[in-house]
Amino acid sequence: MMSRDSPAARFWAEFQDNRIAVAALAVIIAVAVMAIFAPLITPQDPYDIGRLVLGDARRPPGHLGSGGYVHWLGTDAQGRDLLSAILYGLRISVMVGVAAGAIAFVVGAVMGATAAFVGGRVEALIMRFVDLQLSFPPILLALVLSAILGQGRIQLIIALVTAQYAYFARTAHGAAATERAKDYVEAALSTPLPTRTVLFRHILPNCLPPLIVVATVQVANSIALEATLSFLGLGLPVTEPSLGMLIANGFQYMFSGRYWISIYPGVALIILIVAINLVGDQIRDQLNPRLKR
Amino acid sequence: MLGFLIQRLMQAVVVMIAIAALVFVGVFAVGNPIDVLISPDVTQQIRLDTIARYGLDKPLWEQFVGFLSRLVHGDFGRSFVFNMPVLELILSRLPATLELTLAAVLGATLLGVPLGMYAGYRPDSPVSRLLMGLSVLGFSVPTFWIGLVLILTFAVWLGVLPAGGRGDTVTVFGVEWSFLTLNGLQHLLLPAVNLSLFKLAMMMRLARAGTREIIMTDTVKFARASGQSEWTILRRHVLRLISIPIVTVFGLEFGSTLAFAVVTETIFSWPGVGKLIIESIQSLDRPVMVAYLMLVAFLFIIINFLIDIAYAALDPRLRARQ
Repeated sequence: MMSRDSPAARFWAEFQDNRIAVAALAVIIAVAVMAIFAPLITPQDPYDIGRLVLGDARRPPGHLGSGGYVHWLGTDAQGRDLLSAILYGLRISVMVGVAAGAIAFVVGAVMGATAAFVGGRVEALIMRFVDLQLSFPPILLALVLSAILGQGRIQLIIALVTAQYAYFARTAHGAAATERAKDYVEAALSTPLPTRTVLFRHILPNCLPPLIVVATVQVANSIALEATLSFLGLGLPVTEPSLGMLIANGFQYMFSGRYWISIYPGVALIILIVAINLVGDQIRDQLNPRLKR
Repeated sequence: MLGFLIQRLMQAVVVMIAIAALVFVGVFAVGNPIDVLISPDVTQQIRLDTIARYGLDKPLWEQFVGFLSRLVHGDFGRSFVFNMPVLELILSRLPATLELTLAAVLGATLLGVPLGMYAGYRPDSPVSRLLMGLSVLGFSVPTFWIGLVLILTFAVWLGVLPAGGRGDTVTVFGVEWSFLTLNGLQHLLLPAVNLSLFKLAMMMRLARAGTREIIMTDTVKFARASGQSEWTILRRHVLRLISIPIVTVFGLEFGSTLAFAVVTETIFSWPGVGKLIIESIQSLDRPVMVAYLMLVAFLFIIINFLIDIAYAALDPRLRARQ
């Protein structure tokens, strides 16, 4: 159990002061729950070809379909219920975004902390490489990599991780370099503990707060990046329709005024990204000692 | 200083060769370009001739050495799809992209800095709060989706602006420009707005943070005590002091805006380099992909090199450390 005075409880109490951040957190949880249980709450499985009726295609929001239920957000070019398609799309987008963020977190944190801990030439080499990569826009790296690796979930995650780990590495390096100089690290090193243990058990946990802030931003970024790549036709294959692909599919119908096919998946995407960014902002403010009253 | 320059220059060359190798080998993994070049039912002889003509039969390293030496001579090969020299192809598309990028970055700066300064000058006014809220949106909402909404609103529903293309152009010094005709400007407006929103949000935040800091300083207190109007203080003192970081970011962001133009150009069928690279990725037009990537890498390495030099010129410790 969490005691009332534990750091986590104090953090949560402070977090609650910001109503907008709490609302954003609620939105994130709601979206995550809806995405996880999408097969249970959607009226149709949007990718069961046998259940699609072409007579229902491209209907506006509020249309009562032949399945006997209302398509609240309309249907797409194949007669797919858009609300169902969005919830299924969210599953894929969230999964890819979180997986890419988590892997980039681990890779970047280990690289940055190791560089700060080992020092010397290894540090110079790693950080020089990271800085070089940071000077290229992530969208460009992701674009190039997904073009080179081809379409697919694994390929896309590799492209996103490569485009983003450098942010974690830079942050971890900065935090770990500060921790490295502290007395408790000297004390731990003077015991017969293996250096690996000192690095992962003592230094890395103390670098977590700034990394968590980077992580929230990067998860939002990788969801947006994935959508952009899928929109350009370079992300996921057609068999895994994420939100970006839904938007791309609706693009051609927009010119005839059938806006809902592209616009609603985009709205879902934005709600998710804005919510994550708002929570990230609040966490950053709480962890920033300069803003403490 | 000369030693530092040479050292950085060597580093840049090494990085450039490494990127060339990565790009070259990486691009080779994408499909088999021969299948794109010729239809599958041509005779074996034509197939072999085409392979030989494009040098696709040679070993990878030989192609790479040939590629490097041609690169130094400014020869990027011929586009498989357009059947013209790649450098010529890219240079013919570059003005469109530069025009779009410049319009976006300039617009974002000219609008974002005054708005941000206002938000920093009156941080608690409702307008400032609204502006900052909008800037969060500007950061969060993906560029491509904003592009769709812009097309839907102004081209489909209101029908006041064109949805894509460059419109009428005027040829100046052998280069076509859209911004010199009214029709061209109409075509430029939506893509430029689309591309500038992210930069606008950033410029606003930068200007706001800078203004909030500088308004507290003694410079401003003394200026007020000397009886200068608030308007003069903002224009003469605050704007001048916040312009240093803003100019730095302006330069840095120019490169990343070029990268983001890929998305905007695709949506608005803007015939620039970004649209070209997406098309060449889809049609596996390898020479174009390689040349584009090399040019972008070159651009960023030059930018970084200049930044390194500027910092070294400003900070003697960096020179001493090498």
